[in-house]
Amino acid sequence: MTKHSEKPTSAEPISADRRSFLKGAAIAGAAVAMPSPNNNEAQAQISAGTRKAAPPPTSELLEHVAVPVGAGHGEGRPGGDFMVDVLRALKIEYVATNPASSCRGLHESINNYAMNKSPELLTVMHEESGAAMAHGYAKVTGKPMACLFHGTVGMQHATMAMYNAWCDRVPMIVMAGNHLDAADRLPGVPTTHAAQDPMAIVRDFTKWDDQPMSLQAFAEAMTRAYQITMTPLQAPVAISIDGHMQDHPIPANAKLRIPKLIMPSVPQGETGAVKDAAKLLVGAQNPVIVVDRAARTHKGQGLIVELAESLNAAVIDQLGRQNFPNRHYLHGEGRVDSLIRDADVIIGLELTDFWGTVNGITDNPEQPQSTRIKEGTKLISITAKDLYIRANYQDFQRFQQVDIPIAADAEATLPSLIEAIRSAMDPAAKARVEKRGELHRKARAAARERMMTAATLAWDASPISTARLSAEIWAAVKDHDWAMVSRDSSLSNWPHRIWNFDKPYQFIGGPGGAGVGYNLPASVGAALAHREHGRLAVNIQNDGDAMFAPGVLWTAMHHKIPLLTVMHNNRAYHQEVMHLQRLASWRGRGADRQWIGTIIDRPAIDFAMLARSMGMSSFGPISNPNELGPVLKRAVAMVKSGEPVLIDAITQPR
Amino acid sequence: MFKTVIHACAAGALLLSVSGAQAQDAAKGREIYVAKGCYSCHGYNGQGGVTGPKLAPDPLAPDAIAAFVRNAGPTRMPQYVEKELSNEEVGHIHAWLASQPKPKNWKDIPLLNQE
Repeated sequence: MTKHSEKPTSAEPISADRRSFLKGAAIAGAAVAMPSPNNNEAQAQISAGTRKAAPPPTSELLEHVAVPVGAGHGEGRPGGDFMVDVLRALKIEYVATNPASSCRGLHESINNYAMNKSPELLTVMHEESGAAMAHGYAKVTGKPMACLFHGTVGMQHATMAMYNAWCDRVPMIVMAGNHLDAADRLPGVPTTHAAQDPMAIVRDFTKWDDQPMSLQAFAEAMTRAYQITMTPLQAPVAISIDGHMQDHPIPANAKLRIPKLIMPSVPQGETGAVKDAAKLLVGAQNPVIVVDRAARTHKGQGLIVELAESLNAAVIDQLGRQNFPNRHYLHGEGRVDSLIRDADVIIGLELTDFWGTVNGITDNPEQPQSTRIKEGTKLISITAKDLYIRANYQDFQRFQQVDIPIAADAEATLPSLIEAIRSAMDPAAKARVEKRGELHRKARAAARERMMTAATLAWDASPISTARLSAEIWAAVKDHDWAMVSRDSSLSNWPHRIWNFDKPYQFIGGPGGAGVGYNLPASVGAALAHREHGRLAVNIQNDGDAMFAPGVLWTAMHHKIPLLTVMHNNRAYHQEVMHLQRLASWRGRGADRQWIGTIIDRPAIDFAMLARSMGMSSFGPISNPNELGPVLKRAVAMVKSGEPVLIDAITQPR
Repeated sequence: MFKTVIHACAAGALLLSVSGAQAQDAAKGREIYVAKGCYSCHGYNGQGGVTGPKLAPDPLAPDAIAAFVRNAGPTRMPQYVEKELSNEEVGHIHAWLASQPKPKNWKDIPLLNQE
């Protein structure tokens, strides 16, 4: 089954660890027994236990299901150890896992060969939580976490979170165990959990998958996987890892090499198209920049600011990433409709939905559609989404005709676009730019005045208004090095109206695919990434989302991940309350039964008690806004000391 | 244009009926406001949010509210026929919205003046 006759490709510099490992592999090839009596004993026990579990035990069968005979008797390093070296070569720091027989070989190697360091295992209580943690982690670090899941049933659990990551253009490497060889695998459950094409279930929303059948092929597949997941358009990749290959010793004569990871250059916009775009923008009276997932790295925000200031063009931030400082004079918050309506040139950078940006459709029985832009407005798009698309799931949204579509990574294209704008700028254009700057400063100040006035409404109300909640949290965190690790769309975006988001790591956007259950685990993954920088991670957590897989609170405790979670507990799947109300209205049936199937009440969930059940300090429920401030202050101090804390706040719907 | 005319007619027709409502009860208005789901987009205190505009304090006149809930035109606002929300109930809701306290100036609230 395994072949190791391939000549080694370019080998990366060998670390001390790897040098000793490869030496070990060579020794194994020469059939020299490993001097580890404890290992012999442990493996013998595993082998014996496996035999007891295998139904029906015939002598013939037992001979063939004898799991890792060689390794069990200490003959050579197991394949799982080499897989650890591959993960180390790729600098994978963490592997999120829910333990499972199909990946026990790699799991054991991480425990006992890597000593759970580089990579470190993160125990998750649902594969969906693991993939969502990887999602949040990648959005802070810009690099993939690995996941190690059970084949078939584990992957079935992971799918929604992987779909979110796909829609959100986020890198991650998901490994799942499988036993492909029917003659080699255990009967019963391991066979029930095996598959011919294990990654078929996620193929519609992963960028690439593979099922390497040798350790050398694994090393190459993982290196390719890293390149693919990280190259825009970024998206998850999935690698099936064969159980036999993990469990058994490295075959004799194996000449294993790990390819050196060299990242491909990022696709930039074609020069002519970029110049055409610059010409349109410079000639515009009212250019508008719309950004969604534009800031792919922490350099992105600075480039978008540079672009906006070079034109004094307003920026509409759709909040897929930390794209633009929200207190900047060109920020379009509070005047989006008028900016779109009055624009004569709109450039969209990595938009999820360009059609929805420039068109309107009203969710009422007539579903009227209308354009939001004036006749003649020119549209420019730069997105890596045009480089890669799949047919089945409709996350690519409705088709929008644009005048200059540039299929490229927006962030990588910005330097050349900014340069082209500067080159195209003539005195008349410079005068327009200067005049626009003054107008935008005044409009921004007026919009801020309106927003702050709106924040005062229901200020002392109970349940607590989302504006008050956001203002109280801001008071508690603003003097720390903080980062928000949740979205704020269900809070009427109050954090983005009140807080000061000016650092590139302070916001990570939303789930991408709107799959509920994303936020709590993603916030834990993001908080893990912030931990090494000592940042205060803040999660404002929807109650419905939290209950999909609350076990990740335990993961945060177990791995000592500091995180302030404040529940936005409106005791409902509130988006659906509004949907049902609308439908009942369309049908003339009244709107007083919309709570059926949508509320999370009677009984109300005590989130503070839920957190405490997993060892987490908690406060609440709190429905009096005046009680929030002192509690937040205490909670922040606790989080700063290194522990996760939860506050259950009872809130208004939106 | 046609829809605008319809709205105007509807508002005119409702003017008399809502103005003629019996004594309006703010407490009852609050109950109806919640039961009919107005809170879900406009908040429990009529403060509004991204899902629906502010209704309180200083609500529209009862006639205007009634006209709008009957036919909100090209918006997402659910429409309430009279058998689901009577003019009298609209009057009670108006009374409750009007009873909401006036907010302070945001410049007088320290939490809204943080850098």
